[in-house]
Amino acid sequence: MSKAPADVKYTKSHEWVKPMPDGLVTVGITDHAQDLLGDMVFVDLPKVGAKVGAGKDCAVVESVKAASDVYAPVAGEIVEVNNALADAPEIVNKDPYGKGWLFRLKPDDRGEVDNLLDAAAYENLVASEKH
Amino acid sequence: MGAKIVDFGGWDMPLHYGSQVEEHHKVRQAVGMFDVSHMTVVDLTNGDLRGFLRVLLANNVDKLPTPGKALYTCMLNQQGGVLDDLIVYFLTEKWFRLVVNAATRKKDLAWITGRALDFKVNVIERPELAMIAVQGPEARAKVGEALENEARKAASGLEPFSAVTIGELFIARTGYTGEDGCEIILPADTALALWQNLYDAGVAPIGLGARDTLRLEAGMNLYGADMDETTTPLEAGLAWTVAWEPVTRKFIGRERLEKQKAQGVARKLVGLVLEGKGVLRNHQTVHCESGEGEITSGSFSPTLNESIAFGRVPAAVQTGDRCQVEMRDKWVEARVVKYPFVRNGKSCL
Repeated sequence: MSKAPADVKYTKSHEWVKPMPDGLVTVGITDHAQDLLGDMVFVDLPKVGAKVGAGKDCAVVESVKAASDVYAPVAGEIVEVNNALADAPEIVNKDPYGKGWLFRLKPDDRGEVDNLLDAAAYENLVASEKH
Repeated sequence: MGAKIVDFGGWDMPLHYGSQVEEHHKVRQAVGMFDVSHMTVVDLTNGDLRGFLRVLLANNVDKLPTPGKALYTCMLNQQGGVLDDLIVYFLTEKWFRLVVNAATRKKDLAWITGRALDFKVNVIERPELAMIAVQGPEARAKVGEALENEARKAASGLEPFSAVTIGELFIARTGYTGEDGCEIILPADTALALWQNLYDAGVAPIGLGARDTLRLEAGMNLYGADMDETTTPLEAGLAWTVAWEPVTRKFIGRERLEKQKAQGVARKLVGLVLEGKGVLRNHQTVHCESGEGEITSGSFSPTLNESIAFGRVPAAVQTGDRCQVEMRDKWVEARVVKYPFVRNGKSCL
């Protein structure tokens, strides 16, 4: 498994959040999460324009093994979803931090993003869950 | 080999060695091997063996006239509930071999031993034996490459659903994937060498995860999911394994099955294909016009690229019917189909 990239933030529920220069954030699931779930077969994404609350479930990733909710890391509005995943959900397995992104969000309060975990804190969390 | 290991009935088992879906395709398109040493091998010797098995099993061992032939059957309790499903191999009139499930090992051994007394049959568990299943269109060719001369010859001449013993090797042309292939039982201390030979011949190791999607596509029941002691074979799509003739054969559970057959079975097992998005999962509720049912085994079919399942539903449900499956607080459309879903690499739908 690859290391958690340092230029993104993380949630305890295994989403990653990347602040973009245009003020939006891109959200996906971590490499650890995709590894636990295994082969992805279906991704259910939110509707563009939907308002989501922080910590609310807003997407579903489903693998051969199990279905798992994806939670909005911060409150905001969904401005874009990754439609490429509809036909090729396995991209989430292959490139979780890149082409496997799930949605882009316009945060109500960009400052909330700073309160999320950094890479070191997230790796500690993953390590503690393994024991 | 980089396997992700899970606990399965006290055994550390490989769930997958990388991608479960890729492993699935390897078996359908070429060949793969499974370490299934958790399966319980029980040898029955001496005594009135046939007399014993005629009573113990719902299928009839008298369908096995020639040594080496195998039979799939249920073992029932007095109420007709399925104690286990198993394969019985007829080797000689003094030696039959059973391969039963790992999760039911203790219960099965107690049940079999208890009933064997009256027939003076010896019941011998063989925990020192390992089992490797090699499955896929190229399986038998690869098994040939991995074996020595005599065993190679015997394996290549094997008919479907039959077995041969060569010294300590037991080779059967059986499996749990819907593909051609072999199951090889051998002393555990020689299993690693065979595994390595197969690996060197290009056979990929396959985990438990793909084993489950392969057997589901092939329309094969899983004990504990699709049937257990509270269901009869008639309610689990296994009526074809019950030998009613001759009527004089009083196998355990027969009375209850006859009663159920006469009164009509209330529930049956059907195949389901999901029409909406998502994945069918075990224990989801199925809503049919004639009543409610339940998914007993649901997953994603890598071969068909859609979700499939077995469901236990009211007997009035027919092939082609529509039903709705409750999935994460939503009702999603599914259609009732005949299974198997896939055989020898091809869709049956």
